Amino acid sequence: MESGAADHSVPVRLLALGDTAWTIEFGTRIDPSLHARVLGLADALEQARRAGSGEGGREGGEGAAGHEDYAGIVDVVPTFRSLTVHFNPLLIDGQRLGKALLRLAAAAGTASRKGRHWRIPVCFDEEFAPDLNELAQSKGLSREAVIALMSETTFTVYLIGFMPGFPYMGGLPALLETPRLASPRKAVPARSLAIAGAMCAVYPWQSPGGWRLLGKTPVPMFSAGNAQSPSLLASGDRVCWQAVDRPLYLEIEASAQVGSFELDSLLLTPGDT
Amino acid sequence: MSGVIEVIDGGIGNSIQDAGRFGFRHIGVAVSGSLDTLLARCANALVGNGPDCACIEIRALGPTLEVRHGLVRVALAGDVGALLRRVGGAALDVPAWTSITLATQDVLEIGSLPGGTANLAVSGGIDSPLQLGSRSTYQRAMIGGIDGRPLVTGNLLPCSVHARRDYREYRAEPWSHGDGPIRVIRGPQAEHFQAESLELFLNSAYQVTPQIDRMGVRLQGPQLLHVTPEAADIVSDGVTPGTIQVPGDGQPIILLADCQTVGGYPKIATVIAADVPRLAHLQPGQNIRFCAVNAHQARQALLEREARWAAWARGITFALPNADALYNDPSSGWVCAD
Repeated sequence: MESGAADHSVPVRLLALGDTAWTIEFGTRIDPSLHARVLGLADALEQARRAGSGEGGREGGEGAAGHEDYAGIVDVVPTFRSLTVHFNPLLIDGQRLGKALLRLAAAAGTASRKGRHWRIPVCFDEEFAPDLNELAQSKGLSREAVIALMSETTFTVYLIGFMPGFPYMGGLPALLETPRLASPRKAVPARSLAIAGAMCAVYPWQSPGGWRLLGKTPVPMFSAGNAQSPSLLASGDRVCWQAVDRPLYLEIEASAQVGSFELDSLLLTPGDT
Repeated sequence: MSGVIEVIDGGIGNSIQDAGRFGFRHIGVAVSGSLDTLLARCANALVGNGPDCACIEIRALGPTLEVRHGLVRVALAGDVGALLRRVGGAALDVPAWTSITLATQDVLEIGSLPGGTANLAVSGGIDSPLQLGSRSTYQRAMIGGIDGRPLVTGNLLPCSVHARRDYREYRAEPWSHGDGPIRVIRGPQAEHFQAESLELFLNSAYQVTPQIDRMGVRLQGPQLLHVTPEAADIVSDGVTPGTIQVPGDGQPIILLADCQTVGGYPKIATVIAADVPRLAHLQPGQNIRFCAVNAHQARQALLEREARWAAWARGITFALPNADALYNDPSSGWVCAD
């Protein structure tokens, strides 16, 4: 993990999300430097929780924030620009937790979490890419040029949200930035590769959606049966797309469906999380 | 061998829920769980379960269940009743707030709800498979429950056999949430709204629309204005059940148990934990009001509710079952109810 000093010129805000969660807000924009601070705080909190539970911590559980008790925290959700910490108000004093989180945020640096680096196959055949031709035309590019741009780019996962395993990825070449569809589709096919604004994503399931569909991956984004790591991607991961033809797509899809596809074979580097 | 209950008719909107699925919101998995966790606790207490056991949450038209292998003790909590049909016997009314012990081949027809939710607990809890640490059904991602779906005809629900030779049943007074305005804590994006709109939100009645599901409830009332049209969108941040978000049309949406994990609409306020279970009972056409409290008042409200629930649970009494509810034990020839 690469850590650095944070730019503290913009004050951190502690926002109450009711009496069961705090949102620690670093800014209001999509910005890699803000995201680095989000991950920095997430890492600091993770360390403090481990120390508090005695797991890999020093004797006496003296964590980064002193003797805080983090046992009542139930979920920690990083977004582009904030970290939301959900807690059980019967197990932890929310006011005390809020203050501890602010102290952690002030002390934490940035973390460009050296997430895993993936190369994930995508088939750009017309059947899977209903918006590809129109996008290419509107940008004055050939279909092949769009595919080349998508394949050459390394995307960064900012957050997993909206639905289980749905990765919001930044890094889309400015040339391809495009608004959402004026009228969302009622059913986007599962595993569609999609772009909207400056973002890229894959729909893990069939669902309604207004993003532009450029292809489809044969690889499942979310497997509830994989209890250790149900979401393929995590915040901080990097992803590049490998264009595959239809026969290879079908082959991978078939083996993934019977559970014999080795997801680790898609890893270029394992990362440190 | 463990107990088995077969779903003879799935009814409408009924699902297996426990206290929720925690620890996976960072990968987009909703918390889910019973919309009214207090009613679920009540039902569980009436069959001697711990508070977090998986129950059947009843939403509209209750399911019809047949015991395939028993004995199974069950109890309903909420504004609902059931009919027990016993082989060779008369149909018997089964009210809520009392447990009853069902034998193999007993059929329980759970009635319909005027609105809101009710819970059916089974001794030992519904023992469907744990997925990501919970049995709660999250239909959007097909997680939990039986095959990730609400109950459907033919589902087999595993449960433990009620083995204790104790013919007494449990009974309690109906639990009441109380009424009054729904209490909220302002924010986290209160400053995205015009000051007059914040006042309007806290001083007006909002009507519950028919758009209700486990993800949220849409309300209709005085339009809430953002400070600028751009302020109606934010870069998504965390949300939680009870969050009240207001999109560009100025009409609030309260998020419920199956809500997404992050949202891009500004959040004017968030319902406090003590009042979130009340949201399970909102009905179309109903008018509701909100009032703002501070963190200290929210904590007091939660502690008071917990104390009130503990008092309710202490009020559970033993009751001898109605003679008709005893069943004829064919092996011994004795009428018993163990």
